[in-house]
Amino acid sequence: MAQSSIRNNYQLLVIGGSAGSLEVLINVLPHLRNDLALAIVVVMHRKPGESFLTDIIASKTSWPVKEAEEKEAIQQGHIYIAPADYHLLLEKDRTFSLDFSEKIHFSRPAIDATFETASEAYGGAVIGVLLSGANADGASGLGLVKKAGGLTIVQDPSEAAVPYMPEQAIQQVTVDYIATTTMIIDIINRIGQ
Amino acid sequence: MIKDEEVGILLNDLLNKYGYDFTEYSQASLKRRINRLFALDGFPSFAELRYRVLKDEAYLRRFVEEVTVNVTEMFRDPSFYRILRTEVLPVLATYPFIRIWHAGCSTGEEVYSMAILLQEANLLQRSLLYATDLNPDVLERAKQGIFPLSQMKQYSENYIAAGGTKEFSSYYSSRYERAKFSKELSERMIFSTHNLVSDRSFNEFQLIMCRNVMIYFDKELQERVLHLFDQSLEPLGFLALGSKETLRFATIAKRYTQLYKEKIWRKAA
Repeated sequence: MAQSSIRNNYQLLVIGGSAGSLEVLINVLPHLRNDLALAIVVVMHRKPGESFLTDIIASKTSWPVKEAEEKEAIQQGHIYIAPADYHLLLEKDRTFSLDFSEKIHFSRPAIDATFETASEAYGGAVIGVLLSGANADGASGLGLVKKAGGLTIVQDPSEAAVPYMPEQAIQQVTVDYIATTTMIIDIINRIGQ
Repeated sequence: MIKDEEVGILLNDLLNKYGYDFTEYSQASLKRRINRLFALDGFPSFAELRYRVLKDEAYLRRFVEEVTVNVTEMFRDPSFYRILRTEVLPVLATYPFIRIWHAGCSTGEEVYSMAILLQEANLLQRSLLYATDLNPDVLERAKQGIFPLSQMKQYSENYIAAGGTKEFSSYYSSRYERAKFSKELSERMIFSTHNLVSDRSFNEFQLIMCRNVMIYFDKELQERVLHLFDQSLEPLGFLALGSKETLRFATIAKRYTQLYKEKIWRKAA
């Protein structure tokens, strides 16, 4: 877990989570610096038709929050939420594509699909954060973020409400940080300083 | 993992040898699906995948089916079907003959959903449902009207949420873990290959359904396909898209009015 792995040229923060992660997310987002030069993409597992996630997150942060739209250009200073029941992919021209392919790890949106295409589109400029959850989604995608030179952070399983998802990532990937909620906030806020 | 240049080579092969043009598809999705197939079928190298696609027609069909997304559902987005039932079908009922085009119908789940709505409105006998896809194999499956029995619980819930009041199981007979939909429904369907990228308009319709197809196209191709639909719709006809698709940025948008919040637009007179 090298401290030196934090650089200041990140452009995109992708946060993935499943069971037990919403609380972490709404604890982290309000404490992020307002001047971070990042676009934030949130991929949360949930049931199709559950659309209140965007509103909940919007109520917790001063950043503009919206559901990611098909072919929308990704802008820094915005938080984008993956819509329920679609995979959210990032294109090389830094726009979003939605995709209704098979579920991955029983999930759509799948965190793996977003991590994978984010690392393709942004290379090493990605910070991948994986939170609490009950399945193995996110681990292989986080491996690709790492391989492309991005920064990888996994919620400390001892703090996670459901430790399985962070544990899977830690087993499969040499992640940069295994961090509690407080540490996650601290690491992200140090970027660009 | 396949590289970007290799995806480009493969897309050229498909276009030059077979006339399948995927060059204006969204790249992230296409590349993900090619990589998925590459891993699934255990190719040792890109060269071997390329050779197989070029030399083995049966494999080409598998390739096309796997890289185009064929995941669909019956009564997908029930609130959408509810509006079709309550707002669109009563308008269609005023026509002596109803022509509907399901463009990119894949394995046909939505075509059967529509046939059920039409039958319940007593309109099926004077309707024709044109179901098209670029892939002959998925059309063959659509024609059969056989879907996994394991899906029926979900489809039945969707049907009820869409305003259905009958026993959903009355529409199919089940055998060997499969549900076969009644012949009455498929009698009014016409299946044909049609490629939205390269083929032209072939009729005039009162309703065109094209759901979750254009999300895989780039902006220019989306624009062209919307023009094709515009040319193929009668004045006052309806265009129905997937729940995350929109006409908002298209040049044809000014002639269309959206119905409620659903992704259904009506063409001006």
